[in-house]
Amino acid sequence: MGAAAILELHGVSCELGGRAVLRDISFQVAEGETVALLGRSGSGKTTLLKTVNGLVKATAGEIVFQGRAARQWDPIALRRRMGYVIQDTGLFPHWDLEKNIGLVPRLENWPPDAVARRVDELLRMVRLPPAEFRRRYPRELSGGQKQRAGIARALAANPPLLLLDEPFAALDPITRFELQRQFVELGRAMAKSALFVTHDVREALMVADRIALLQDGKLELVATPGEFLASRHPEARAFLASLDDRGRKA
Amino acid sequence: MSGPPPAEILSLALEHVELVAIAVAIAAAVALPLGVFLTRRERARRWILGFANIAQTIPSLALFGFLLPLPLLGIGKRTAIAALCLYALLPILRNTMVGLAGVDAAVRESAVAMGMTARQVLWQVELPLAVPSILAGVRLATVATIGTATIAAAIGAGGLGEFIFRGIAMVDTPTILAGAVPAAAMALVADEVLEWIERRLSPA
Repeated sequence: MGAAAILELHGVSCELGGRAVLRDISFQVAEGETVALLGRSGSGKTTLLKTVNGLVKATAGEIVFQGRAARQWDPIALRRRMGYVIQDTGLFPHWDLEKNIGLVPRLENWPPDAVARRVDELLRMVRLPPAEFRRRYPRELSGGQKQRAGIARALAANPPLLLLDEPFAALDPITRFELQRQFVELGRAMAKSALFVTHDVREALMVADRIALLQDGKLELVATPGEFLASRHPEARAFLASLDDRGRKA
Repeated sequence: MSGPPPAEILSLALEHVELVAIAVAIAAAVALPLGVFLTRRERARRWILGFANIAQTIPSLALFGFLLPLPLLGIGKRTAIAALCLYALLPILRNTMVGLAGVDAAVRESAVAMGMTARQVLWQVELPLAVPSILAGVRLATVATIGTATIAAAIGAGGLGEFIFRGIAMVDTPTILAGAVPAAAMALVADEVLEWIERRLSPA
């Protein structure tokens, strides 16, 4: 599996304001694999995600992307090869969807008609009919539609790796479930690699090929969903306990 | 009761517009890039905002007086424009910085994460989103400068203030009004026009 890894983390640590946020984290994401970073608030999962595209600088360790150390990449080129999706979507409020989604292809100097074709293709892929949505502004969209547009924007220049930071956390449960399911289908269809931050164990089990469990900045466990369900690790048990109680009153 | 002839009112009004336009244009040309620069420099920001704040508190007549002995300025238009510039600087500077600071952190973060260069983030994302605030600053500065510019006549810079000072000296209300009314009307019109531009240029 070493040869097929798109992303490798070797002993990554990070200190922010004198506090160790990440401690000696090592794991790999294989080509086409979705790894969920699962942890409570403050476990360091978002920071870990941001060290991958350089929004946060790791203070120790090495990150290797496509076989090349991240330090040797031009940070701009590196980021354009990693789609980025966040909970607040970060869609540009002054641009319509066509401009928002076509951003990275434009930055990469695609010809305008190729950008337009790609935008339509992506809009169809995330089920926002182009004729209706191409000219819409983010403020004219529902939460679910915004998040679909955010995913389309991240996929635009066909990046080999997707970084997602609790992309569906702000959605209502029904929309969330729908998008989770479509994300899994989309991921299978495109064989994309993804690093998916979540605090929701149900979501991790659903979208991920493997789950990386973080606690206090340390990587406690990397396991397939099947292994995770059987794990005796206390933090894993704590997360699984939140599944057992199906909303019943005690 | 007879005020100054209309032709003289018109010529002094034009002179007034000239003073204000030059002063605000220079102030904007300085404050805009300075505001962008200061959002990236914490320490410089405190110093320069402090300076602009102090400049704002100096009574205008005193500021005109302070600038008179400076070699390049002297009596007349240049001194007046320099002083008006100092007053116009702060609102534009502050609103530029407020506008840039007000850009949603998630929007800025995703701009960087998408692989935009610092320059692209500034020109394509931050500045367009700060436009309403920046223009509001220019509007504030313009309206205030139209009023302050009437005092410029005290140092021989001309403008509608001429009538006001002359009217006070002659204890002649129509002459005072010949300066005050067009100046007030000018301020109202500038306010309306700039607000319209602000709305037109505001993104989304």
